[in-house]
Amino acid sequence: MPTSEKTILEVQDLSIAYPISIGVVRAVEGVSFTLDDGEALGVVGESGCGKSTMGLSILKLQRPPGRVTGGRIMYRGTDILSLSGRELLKLRGQKISMIFQNPLTSLNPLFTVQQHFLETIHFHDPGMPKDKALAAVGKMLETLGIERKRLSEYPHQLSGGMRQRVMIGLALIMNPDILIADEPTTSLDVIVEAGFTELLLELRRVYKLSLILITHNLGLVAELADRIAVMYAGRLMEIATAQQIFDRPLHPYTQGLIACVPNIQADQKELVTMPGSPPDLVAPPAGCRFAPRCPKVMPICREKAPALLEHERGHSAACWLYDRSVSPGAGPAFDGAGG
Amino acid sequence: MSTQPSRPHIPAARFSPAGGLASAVGWFSRSRKKYGMEWWIMIAGLVVILFVVTMTAFPGLFTRFNPNDQNAGGQMTRPSPAHVMGTDNLNRDVWARVVYGARTILGVAFAAALVSALIGIPLGLLSGFAGGVFDRVLSLIMDSVYSFPGLILAIAFAAMLGPGVINITLAVAVVYIPTYFRLVRGQTLSIKEEVYVEAARAIGARRGTILGRYVFPNVIATVVVVLSLNIADAILTEAALSYIGLGLPAGLPDWGMDLSMGKKFLPSGVWWMITFPGLMIMLLALGFTMLGEGLAEILNPRLLER
Amino acid sequence: MPPSAAALVSATDLVKDFPLRGTIFDAFSPARRAVHAVDRVSFSIGEGEVLGLAGESGSGKSTTGRLLLRLIEPTSGSVVYRGTDIRSYGAREMEHLRAKTQIVFQDPNSSLSPRMSVGQAISHPLSIHGIGTPAERRERVLDLMEKVGLSPAPFLYRKYPHQLSGGQSQRVVLARALVTQPDFLVADEPIAMADVSVRALVLQLMRQLKQDMGLTYLLITHDLATAKYLCDRVAVMYLGRIVELASRDELFTHAHHPYTKALLEAVPVPDPKARRDKKLPHGEIPSAINPPSGCHYHPRCPFALARCREARPPLREVAPGHVSACILD
Repeated sequence: MPTSEKTILEVQDLSIAYPISIGVVRAVEGVSFTLDDGEALGVVGESGCGKSTMGLSILKLQRPPGRVTGGRIMYRGTDILSLSGRELLKLRGQKISMIFQNPLTSLNPLFTVQQHFLETIHFHDPGMPKDKALAAVGKMLETLGIERKRLSEYPHQLSGGMRQRVMIGLALIMNPDILIADEPTTSLDVIVEAGFTELLLELRRVYKLSLILITHNLGLVAELADRIAVMYAGRLMEIATAQQIFDRPLHPYTQGLIACVPNIQADQKELVTMPGSPPDLVAPPAGCRFAPRCPKVMPICREKAPALLEHERGHSAACWLYDRSVSPGAGPAFDGAGG
Repeated sequence: MSTQPSRPHIPAARFSPAGGLASAVGWFSRSRKKYGMEWWIMIAGLVVILFVVTMTAFPGLFTRFNPNDQNAGGQMTRPSPAHVMGTDNLNRDVWARVVYGARTILGVAFAAALVSALIGIPLGLLSGFAGGVFDRVLSLIMDSVYSFPGLILAIAFAAMLGPGVINITLAVAVVYIPTYFRLVRGQTLSIKEEVYVEAARAIGARRGTILGRYVFPNVIATVVVVLSLNIADAILTEAALSYIGLGLPAGLPDWGMDLSMGKKFLPSGVWWMITFPGLMIMLLALGFTMLGEGLAEILNPRLLER
Repeated sequence: MPPSAAALVSATDLVKDFPLRGTIFDAFSPARRAVHAVDRVSFSIGEGEVLGLAGESGSGKSTTGRLLLRLIEPTSGSVVYRGTDIRSYGAREMEHLRAKTQIVFQDPNSSLSPRMSVGQAISHPLSIHGIGTPAERRERVLDLMEKVGLSPAPFLYRKYPHQLSGGQSQRVVLARALVTQPDFLVADEPIAMADVSVRALVLQLMRQLKQDMGLTYLLITHDLATAKYLCDRVAVMYLGRIVELASRDELFTHAHHPYTKALLEAVPVPDPKARRDKKLPHGEIPSAINPPSGCHYHPRCPFALARCREARPPLREVAPGHVSACILD
């Protein structure tokens, strides 16, 4: 995958596995993608596809016994996976931050909002004087749309939406380059979710933030992401701009996924359904992992796993359907000459 | 958005013995691959228990002596090939007394545990499910009994009821009723709030059915663990009671009684009369404890593994 | 809204307050603190119809669903099923009601007892109502299992919930709800916990079953896109009250109440071309213990007038078959 000057994060051939009683679960296999400065990348997939595991591994937060079995995660030229514990601490919260699904359990019930912020600042920059820290907090609250009086409140006194805003504030207070958001709106009401989305867009603009958004919510990625990566059974199936993914999805899984989501603006007579379920990751099928459920499966799909190749400009898919050597009548080809 | 939650693989209660056996065997072989220490602890406990149970069932296999035979050998002879554990002050073979004594202690402990469970579990279910004043009053009573040191309570009851196997069994049983009650009540209270209980109401199940088919089966797993630990405790309590002399008629071989008898002769250097019964009490109690603890660990949903 | 003659189920002025146990000082205050979950809700559902009850958290939609089946007792108001008020039902009639009306809950995994096999769970309603012999019940259950897509049925019959996938569990829950051949099904967020692809399967299945078995549904959901797909009419609830009720097409093209409009604005659309600046109401959903006076939505409504604070706006007809609880035009 070609990297540009603006690439800030590059995941190369990442594989993560964790052992269980009956074998080893290959949760993530050979995932590669890049993130440009200021870009928002959406990682979509259903439960068990490995997107959360992958997201956590970027900050080496994957829970044991899960461990990275291969690949590199390059951030500004350094492999995150090779960093020591001490160096990682300088990375987390300062250069790359992460927010999670349930803000209530992510916040300390014994700390006020102000204490949360001051703690965080003090941890990363012990030398900062308190008044300067408080000023930064004040500015952040303003951007978040939280009233100052909330500073003295405890998490249980805040509403769900407000807690999620505090979470984002804590993640961004040290002005990181990248924010990883793992299902940030799943526990929120629709209107609150919309407000949160607006906030994220604003924050990206103000702080020039790069975003990795991990979610199963296609509506959310459509609103926030510049590029979208689709994962299935631990593998990256397709990656392209948001427009490309929704207008002309290449991979049958992506096609199925988009066709089965109710769209409030479209007139959908019938939802297309994808019968079957994701494969067992301890003994995944040989070849393409989607082959057992694929409506367009071919013999080769069951034998060899297709590589993630760029079939159109900026649009890559891991599917034999588009491989000229296999399907001569395959779709648009990338001729490398800016076509 | 939630993924499939992890659940422990608990075999279900089936009503066909063959099916039950098959599922138990299946569960055993699957568990063996999964678990380390806890598995072996449980197995060790089981081995000990089975050994003692065999002793109970087929004493003739273990000794040819009669435990009450006062002419088995010399008086207080040391352990020797003829008398593996020596003889006591009444010329009885100690090993024979140990073998036959197993019946008594195991019998009382099992029976007491059974009685406790049969009373404590239903009360706990009803109390937790019904709630209200009934629950409050019953909990109060149970908590009061529970707060008594077990042994003291057992002694009090034994003294009240007088000697006899049944009375001793009851005295030991009373001590453990609150344990089952509290455990089952707690479980019932939390299961009562589960969605599947509401779903059961929605399909029209009456309260009795809900209790019996929805609440009880989900409570039973932890009870099995407690039962084993309960028996361990009951063994110690029974031994203690007969040690103090509150208990069984003289004709019945009993470890606790032998313990107290052996104590008298210890100063004169006769160590085998007290040591062997003591060791057996400890071994048996340990066996049940290991079984219970091992089972508890195994039945606990493991968060790291699926 | 008066119950229509052809209604299968109708609710009239349903109220449900959940009393809160406060401190002893509350005993002296005139108004006992309570969560006003459902505040005079009325609607009716015709036979064969799918009515959607949409709203966010605290709207009272789940409580309303349960009130409709008398799983909880209303504080006041009535529920009429086939012409009779179910509050007057004795034990026998209630038993019959439990066979003829059913509910499907949000999380299929917690809706099934971990210690009952699939077959046992689905056939249990039959044995409760004394329908058929054990052999007949098994046959019926196997047939139903095939129908809902639990295949191969005899194999899955003996499985336990933890051995099933999310989609399969939800089918089991559906089968259990349908085994006594009910007329009316309350589906409380039936797909909220399912994977994206499973949702589509369950929605399709629900549609199919409705046709094959002549069912009437009340679909409770927070997702308007789902409501649009499955429902004939949709009612929008806010803080215990119905604020708008209309046919599906009417609601989505000519929404009247400001809250409904806000909801429709907020729903994320899976299409990047649909990106827009959203006009969202400020603030958050207030507490149901101390709701705002008059129209509950007035503190957040961009069009609020002084009148809105004073009296509760009634549901009035703004177009044929379309009612809205907003005094504006």
